[in-house]
Amino acid sequence: MARMFGILIVAIAVTFGLNWLLDSFVDDYVVRIINLCGISIILAVSLNVINGLCGQFSLGHAGFMAIGAYVSAYFTTTLRYFDEAQAKYVAIEPVFAGQWGFVPALLAGGLAAAAAGAVVGIPTLRLKGDYLAIATLGFGEIVTIMITNFEKVGGANGLPGLPAYSNTFWIYSFVVLVVMLSWALQRSTFGRALIAIRENELAAEVMGIPASRLKVTAFIYGAFFAGVAGGLLGHLLQTISPATFNFMKSIEVVVMLVLGGLGSMTGAIVGAIVLTVLPEALRDVESSVGLPGIRMVVYALVLILLMIFRPQGVFGQKELSLKLLRRLMPGSKDKEGEA
Amino acid sequence: MSALLETSDLTIRFGGLTAVDSFNLAISEGELFGLIGPNGAGKTTVFNMLTGVYLPTEGAVHFDGNLINGKNPVQVARLGISRTFQNIRLFDELSVLENAMTGAHQHSKINLFDSLLRTPRHYREEKRQRDRAYELLEFMGLEDRAGLPAKQLPYGHRRKLEIARALATEPKLICLDEPAAGMNSGEKVELSQLIRKIRDELEITVLVIEHDMKLVMDICEKIQVLDYGKTIALGTPSEIQNDKQVIEAYLGGE
Ligand SMILES: Nc1ncnc2c1ncn2[C@@H]1O[C@H](COP(=O)(O)OP(=O)(O)O)[C@@H](O)[C@H]1O
Ligand SMILES: [Mg+2]
Repeated sequence: MARMFGILIVAIAVTFGLNWLLDSFVDDYVVRIINLCGISIILAVSLNVINGLCGQFSLGHAGFMAIGAYVSAYFTTTLRYFDEAQAKYVAIEPVFAGQWGFVPALLAGGLAAAAAGAVVGIPTLRLKGDYLAIATLGFGEIVTIMITNFEKVGGANGLPGLPAYSNTFWIYSFVVLVVMLSWALQRSTFGRALIAIRENELAAEVMGIPASRLKVTAFIYGAFFAGVAGGLLGHLLQTISPATFNFMKSIEVVVMLVLGGLGSMTGAIVGAIVLTVLPEALRDVESSVGLPGIRMVVYALVLILLMIFRPQGVFGQKELSLKLLRRLMPGSKDKEGEA
Repeated sequence: MSALLETSDLTIRFGGLTAVDSFNLAISEGELFGLIGPNGAGKTTVFNMLTGVYLPTEGAVHFDGNLINGKNPVQVARLGISRTFQNIRLFDELSVLENAMTGAHQHSKINLFDSLLRTPRHYREEKRQRDRAYELLEFMGLEDRAGLPAKQLPYGHRRKLEIARALATEPKLICLDEPAAGMNSGEKVELSQLIRKIRDELEITVLVIEHDMKLVMDICEKIQVLDYGKTIALGTPSEIQNDKQVIEAYLGGE
């Protein structure tokens, strides 16, 4: 435990230093992409616990992000809306003002998303079969529709004026946290139990592993961090709208996992970075070639090629480690075959 | 002496098919009991009802003073029945050792936060599971393969690993579904000895389904024969071997 806290504190100190370095010496646009990468990593690593480790197909990450974003914004942002009864604009002052209110606001967003995860997960994860995909799909739609119809938070027009609290320090502190916790989870009796459920649910249950309960736990864990990531994204973009968290956002996170290899956390991280940087790079191409939409074509192409040549993802279920790197080096004796 | 496991008029129907019909079974503690019968007789279906996988249409299963029907597989496992599967169901992506460790999960008393925060309880639990799993791999002769992914294990070893995993749940009764299927004769001899050791050294009651007559007659003290869901004979190996109805069932059934 002491070691865990030690690593955490060192890592957070490093992100603090990194934040300072980037702020002082690196172009804003690059910093922004680095920050977006961090948010993508939180999303991909947390979804990997549900989809990869536990083998449950969730399409709900955007919905949980939306809840996290709006709930955290509720605590940090002055809400202005037209009050019908008083026939005038009114403002609600933020509950937690100032930078130090940011973490409690993020945690509140995460907890709200986790609670929503319990509501969606408890009834559906008990059923065998792919009900979760359908239920989470529906859930995402319901969340966006509810926000669209909720005028106090701006409805379809979105909610502007979120304070710019998100920075490299906060984002990467949560990256460190989610990576460490997910790693600890994966390498524990609970992680093995989740993999057992993925590999053969009946055998897992016959061995006394409470599959439904663990699936719900994994789902809530993933939802919590999706909520936190939503809060971080909201305070980075400073304006959020239901469209920010539409169905494509969920698909994007799934694609990150598939690219990196479902079940591999390092794969999820690499997938998150590639699929955050690539669209930005392609955006430049789009504007220079004058072909809007080519981004999506490339996206689809990458996926199709991957499905053909490496359906298990770049990493399969392996974790990137020095040992693996050495084995993959050309000329090494026990070179890995393409499974 | 009352039986450790007892079923009374156990019946299950799938649509029009009565797969198991008024099945009565009584196994005493410490027995090595064989369940045999031609293909499709309903043997695996009996295992599924004993372990909470199928809910019987009629009848009851009592185990160690508890009523089993209506309980789910997780609850049954906790009461002390474990099993292997005719069509092997290992956790392919986990290592051999980790497969065996999953059997020990149900006895873990730690919670998720112990593992997430790496408390001393987490490390103690990991050690407990690893030590126990390793002991059982040694018992089954698999310790050399501990680090191998289960999917890379040869067939005969896969069956043995399933037994090690089931033993890791610390059962009072272990149900083996055709443990010798696909094994060569040398492996079968070794398996017979292992099954005896499970009963003699680990003091676990054994119920075994097996098609290899030599193996069954060799190791079991009592055998019950099932045909078309109905019991047609019950007795010692020599009684079963000389039973007219059994001989007919096998000659007609094969
Ligand atoms: N889930 C099920 N649905 C329908 N029929 C089943 C099911 N499970 C088993 N059966 C039927 O029950 C009968 C007994 O099967 P089984 O118990 O597997 O036989 P055995 O193990 O003795 O070879 C077979 O006719 C089989 O088709
Ligand atoms: Mg069978």
